[in-house]
This record gives sequence, C-alpha cells and structure tokens, in this order.
Amino acid sequence: MGSGEEFEPRIVAFLCNWCTYTGADLAGVSRMQYPPNVRPIRVMCSGSVDPMYILKALLDGADGVLVGGCHPGDCHYVSGNYKARRRLAVLGAILDEFGIGRDRVWFRFISASEGALFANTVRDMTAALKALGPNPARALWLA
Amino acid sequence: MRTGVFVCWCGLNIGGVVDVPRVVEEISHYPGVARAVDYRYMCSDPGQQLIKDVIREERLDSVVIAACSPGMHEATFQSVAASAGVNPYRCEIANIREQCSWPHQNEPGEATRKAIELIQAAIEKVRGDEALSALSIPVTRRALIIGAGIAGMQAALDIAEAGHEVVLVERLPHIGGHMAQLSETFPTLDCSQCILTPKTSEVGRHPRIKLLTNSEVESISGYVGNFTVRIRRKATYVNWDLCTGCGLCTEKCPSRASSTFERGLVKEPAISIAFPQAVPHKPVISAEACGHFTKGKCGVCEKVCPVGAIDYQQQDALFEEKVGAIVVATGYDLHPKAKVGEYGYGVYPDVIDGLEFERLNSASGPTQGQIRRPSDGKVPKEVVFIQCVGSRDQENGYPYCSKICCMYTAKHARLYKHKVSDGQPYVFYMDIRAGGKGYEEFVQHATEEEGVLYLRGRVARVFQDGDALVVFGVDTLSGKKVEIRADMVVLATAIVPASGAKELARVLKTATDQYGFFSEAHPKLRPVESLTRGIYIAGCAQAPKDIPDTVTQAGSAAAKVLALFSAERLSHSPAVAAVDEELCSGCGVCVEACAYDARTLDTRRRVAVVNDVLCEGCGACAVACPNGATRQKNASRSQVFSMIDAVVG
Repeated sequence: MGSGEEFEPRIVAFLCNWCTYTGADLAGVSRMQYPPNVRPIRVMCSGSVDPMYILKALLDGADGVLVGGCHPGDCHYVSGNYKARRRLAVLGAILDEFGIGRDRVWFRFISASEGALFANTVRDMTAALKALGPNPARALWLA
Repeated sequence: MRTGVFVCWCGLNIGGVVDVPRVVEEISHYPGVARAVDYRYMCSDPGQQLIKDVIREERLDSVVIAACSPGMHEATFQSVAASAGVNPYRCEIANIREQCSWPHQNEPGEATRKAIELIQAAIEKVRGDEALSALSIPVTRRALIIGAGIAGMQAALDIAEAGHEVVLVERLPHIGGHMAQLSETFPTLDCSQCILTPKTSEVGRHPRIKLLTNSEVESISGYVGNFTVRIRRKATYVNWDLCTGCGLCTEKCPSRASSTFERGLVKEPAISIAFPQAVPHKPVISAEACGHFTKGKCGVCEKVCPVGAIDYQQQDALFEEKVGAIVVATGYDLHPKAKVGEYGYGVYPDVIDGLEFERLNSASGPTQGQIRRPSDGKVPKEVVFIQCVGSRDQENGYPYCSKICCMYTAKHARLYKHKVSDGQPYVFYMDIRAGGKGYEEFVQHATEEEGVLYLRGRVARVFQDGDALVVFGVDTLSGKKVEIRADMVVLATAIVPASGAKELARVLKTATDQYGFFSEAHPKLRPVESLTRGIYIAGCAQAPKDIPDTVTQAGSAAAKVLALFSAERLSHSPAVAAVDEELCSGCGVCVEACAYDARTLDTRRRVAVVNDVLCEGCGACAVACPNGATRQKNASRSQVFSMIDAVVG
C-alpha cells in the first residue's frame, strides 16, 4: 500500500459465528474469489459487536467495518441481530459527526448458505471504499 | 505468556498459496511466541504428536493453530492441547484456509500478509483467554419428535425401543404422513398401507410413546438436554377418551367437507376419520363445514353418539413437556396447484398430481382403486405423465431435483398398465434418475416389458378440447413436435417443505436453506444434526428423499438422540458471561438484553448475576452493560481491542 500504488482499503469484518462466518467459510470452500482486503474477526453474535469495536477499528485507521449477522428472524440467539441493527443505526449519526461518515460501516445479513453473497459484499465494499478514498481519521491520527 | 503457533500447509490447500515458511519466520518474532512451527497436515496423527511434543518441550501455556476453519478442527486441536496439559480454552484457531488461501488463490502475496495478521489476531486473543473448564448440565432423557410420518414414527420407535420416553407430535388428527396416502411403493410394488400399518399401530400402542395428534408445537425454550416445549392440542370437538371409533356419527352426518386426505377428490362428512386404518381411529369435526358451527342448527352426531363423546364446547388445550432432544420430521408438501398454469393444473379436473393419482390407485380411495378420471369417472385410455413440474425449473419453480418423481412416475405408469391393460401411458421426462437399489431395473421394466412410452422432452402446454386434454410437447430425441389427445394428465410436481417449516425453524432457533428445508450441520458428515445442538432432522424436512432414505435417516437421528441420552450429564461451554460485582450498579440492563433468562438481579445485594447453565454466551449483555461490569469470558472487550490492533495496526 505504498505511495504511488492504487489505494487498497482495509476492512475489518465482525462476523457472527453461526451465519456470516459460516457463509464466509462456504465462499472459501466454493473457491469464490474476493479481494484480500478484509480481516475477519469471529464473534459469537452480531449483537455482541460493541460500537466501541467499530470506532476503535476506524480510529486505528481501518477504512471500513463490515458487521455480518443472521437474517432478521434467524438469529441463533433470538434477537442479537436486531440489537446490532439498532446500535449501528445510532452509531451512524456519530460517525457522520466525526467526519468519518456512516457509509464506511456496513451491516449485512448473510446466512450460512450465502457464500456468494459474502464474496459479493466484500467485492462491493472494497470497490465502494476505493471510491470513497482513505478513511480521513487515518490521516488525522496517523499522520 | 508462552504461546506456540502451529501453521498447517494442508497439503497445497494452504501451502500452495500462502508462503508458509515466511509466515513461520515472521510469527516466531511476535511478542509472546515461544515457538512457531509448520507441518504438512497438522490434523494428522504425526501433526498432532508434533503439537504435543512442542507443548512439552517449550512448556507452552497456550497454542494457536493456523489451519482450516474452527468449524472443522477446533474441537480436535482443543483436545490435543488438553492432552498435553494446555487448557483447551487457551487454544485458538486462525482460519487461513477457508477465509484466506481459498478465496485469494491468485494473490499469494496478499494472502500471506493476511495469514500473518490473522495469526497475530489469534495470538492476541489467546493472550487474554482464561483457563476454563466445561460446565456440566443434566440431561432429560425424553425426546420430542415433530411430525409422525414414516420418518417421525421410525425415530420414535427406535428411541422408545431403546428404553426412553418419546413425545410424538403430529398436526393432523392421524399418524402415517404421506406414506399413508400411497397405494403401492417402488421398487417392489408392495402395498404401502400393508407395510405402514404395523408401524402405525405399534406407535399407537407403544407404552413409551406419548402420541399427541391434532397438535402443534407453539414454542420452545431451554437448550440441549433441557428443552421445555409448549404444545397446542387443537380442539377436535370429540372427547377421544370416551369415543370408541364406532363411526355412527360419520354415517349420519349431513354436512360435507372436502377431504384433505383424498386430496380434494371427494367430499367427506364434516365429522370423519380420514381413512379406515387411521391411528388414532377417532373422528374430528371440521368446524368450517359442520352445520352446528356454521349454521348453529345441526346436532345429529351428538344425538347418535352412543357414548356421549361429542363436545361442541371443546377448546384448544396447551401442554408443557420437558425433553432433552428434538427430532424434526415435518416432511413435505407438493408444489402448489396455482403455480402451474400452463398445464391447466387446478383448472382442468383431469390434470392431477402424483398424490391424487396415488389415491385413485388406492383400494380405500375414492374410486376403490379403479383408475377413473375425476371429471366424469371414465376409465382413461391415454394418460400423459409429466415429470419435473416445478423441479429443475430455475424460472418458474425450484432449481433442485425432487428426487423421487422419476421412480414414482414409472410406478404410476406401470400400475396404470396393470389396471387398464389396453391403455397407453406416456411419460415426458428430462432425464431419468434411477439411482438406488433395484431402481434402474424397475424403470427398465416399465419401458421394455410394460409398453410405457417414454418421450424425452418438455410439454409446452395442456388445454382442454371437448372431453380430451391436448398435450403439446416435443420429443427432443426425434426432434419432432408431439401432440397427444389424452384422457388424463398426471404431473410430478416438485417436493417443497411442509407448510409452516420456516416458522417452526424460527421457533426452534435453527436454520433452513433458501427453500425452507431444514439445514443440516454439515452436508456430508453431519447430515442428521441441525445447526442447533440437541435438534436433529429426519426425512423430507431436510430435502426430498424416498422411503428407504427417510427410514435410514430417521434411524440415524434416533442413534444421535440415544448417544446424547447415554451420558449422565452434558458439558456446556464455559465461555459465558461473568460480572465484576465491584463495577455492577444493579441497573438491570443486562437482564433486559438477555434472550435466555440467564441474567437476573440479586435484589438483596443489588448486583446482576449470571446463571451459567442458561447462558448461551452470545455476548449481548456484555455490550449492553453501561459500566463494563459484565464481560463475556474469552471474548472480552480488551481481547477484541487487541485483535483489532493486530489486524489494523
């Protein structure tokens, strides 16, 4: 990622153990290719993703954060994905205030059988972040 | 901290993309790493021995295995670590295969970098892992089986025979499922009822099977070994304890209802027993059709019943049952009629589906086993069978193969020939899939010995012309258009999940695939386990399958339940929530956040507490806690923070 090369965004992905992490495994098993810009962190439930984790990743210099959980109604822990959705909605407003922008944080419902959706999501997100450019917080804090 | 890092090549699966020696070199300098080593197959016996040897040589207190997904081998490596003296909860997996080498096959440089960072994150995690020991929970040795078709009955009998109690719930008033509707079964052509009734009556009288028909599962709470199930027994308006099943009410009832069991081919009395061999042999009143309920007038059944069993006031009853394991055997439905417009299904009475044909064939069916078409009772002389209606149809139906249609269509065509020897059956097919013992021979017999005409191609349209059904199709082998004036058309419609399967999956907190079939934990190696521990799947609830496969899977599900019941106690993950009482203000937010009633307030001490056994370790309460008093063991905030540092830094 040195100067002169094309900007390669860095994505931290919090993936719920039961749906999205398994979906990401399926993408790999099926040999679907997606950009290596994503760094998955397995969590038990999207409802356990503290907004602090997302802020921390962004302030550390990640260009985007993906949170992946089970589809509405399908949460392994009944309602964790709804909790995540509400928290992320609130977080979005804060991110806008910070000048980071809510469009750097994606929350997606990806089930264990949706390997292709996971691969496409990472592809789309990488492209979207390339268009957005580097996280301004990176320049701010890491200059 | 003394951590050992073990990097697996997985042959070329990882090593062909990721530069493993470079990974090992970089990781060996990472803080806290006592030694990093690589091996061709870490899961092999020599690989496991290597891990044990290094643990002892380096006196490791934690290990990181960089290999395949934790879904594959986490348990393997945890037990290897434990056998060499490292606490199994201080063993972490870095998934550098499914989520690194496989999806980045063309970018070895980036994949190597990613692998290094994923391993660093795992080292950071293991640094904060506490040494834990598994919790132990009691097991209720009693099983719930949902659905009493051949799958549910087989599982119930196997578990009951092994000495455990079974609660068998069926939403219809009788057991037997679709198999009770079949006339004969492939590939032997033995009578379905004749092989089924010994099972239904055994289930009906088994001392360890509690049979709840006309009942549905409303809700489920608890966890493996300790489920509490709420069951609704729908009103039958007949007191079955008094009823002798004499049938007088059915004889005298003046109202008529469409018969579900006969697939709507005939009307039945509003109070009726679905079929002669039904178990339990007790009638049910259809409130939608009964004169007493619709007009408030009739009371004939009440008058004629010799034992006073009719009870118009009967209400639904709610039960609670405690069970340790659940088998889902909810079966299938056929693709709905409204969706096959081009074949006039649901419009022309003589276009019927496979189950309707079974009923026409059945000695106890609406025509007493004579093949007579529904519209005018004429014996059809030309019958067209169309396969793959809705199945293998990406545009209008489902992409999957319904698996049993090739066989039952061959059976139908042969049974038709046996009964109408001067009739001509035609079969339109895409491919013949007859994999199974004796199956190919069965189809061969239809084409070679019984004069069934197989035409490879699709039917474009079916329409009525006078009293004939004109079938427009194409024979792709001769390249010619085909037009047949048929007397009856039988569609092999797609097998779809039973109605309500998705809703049931939600109640059970387990997953279905995109079509609504229950998802198995692994498509090859764990085909009867669901994604939820203690819940198993059997029969067409999982995917379309024939009777032998269904019975096999049901037996396998029963074996899994019996294995679960063989232990005195089960182990429960100790990675649960914990409270720092110094920090807890007793605000109760965690209690609200918990979906399992595992969090409560100790009102005397004004602190929140955790019921370890009820806690599923989802982490919702830890995030909700406003002052950081609750943490999820081995997934604490500081652990996640260091992992983020490792991958972003």
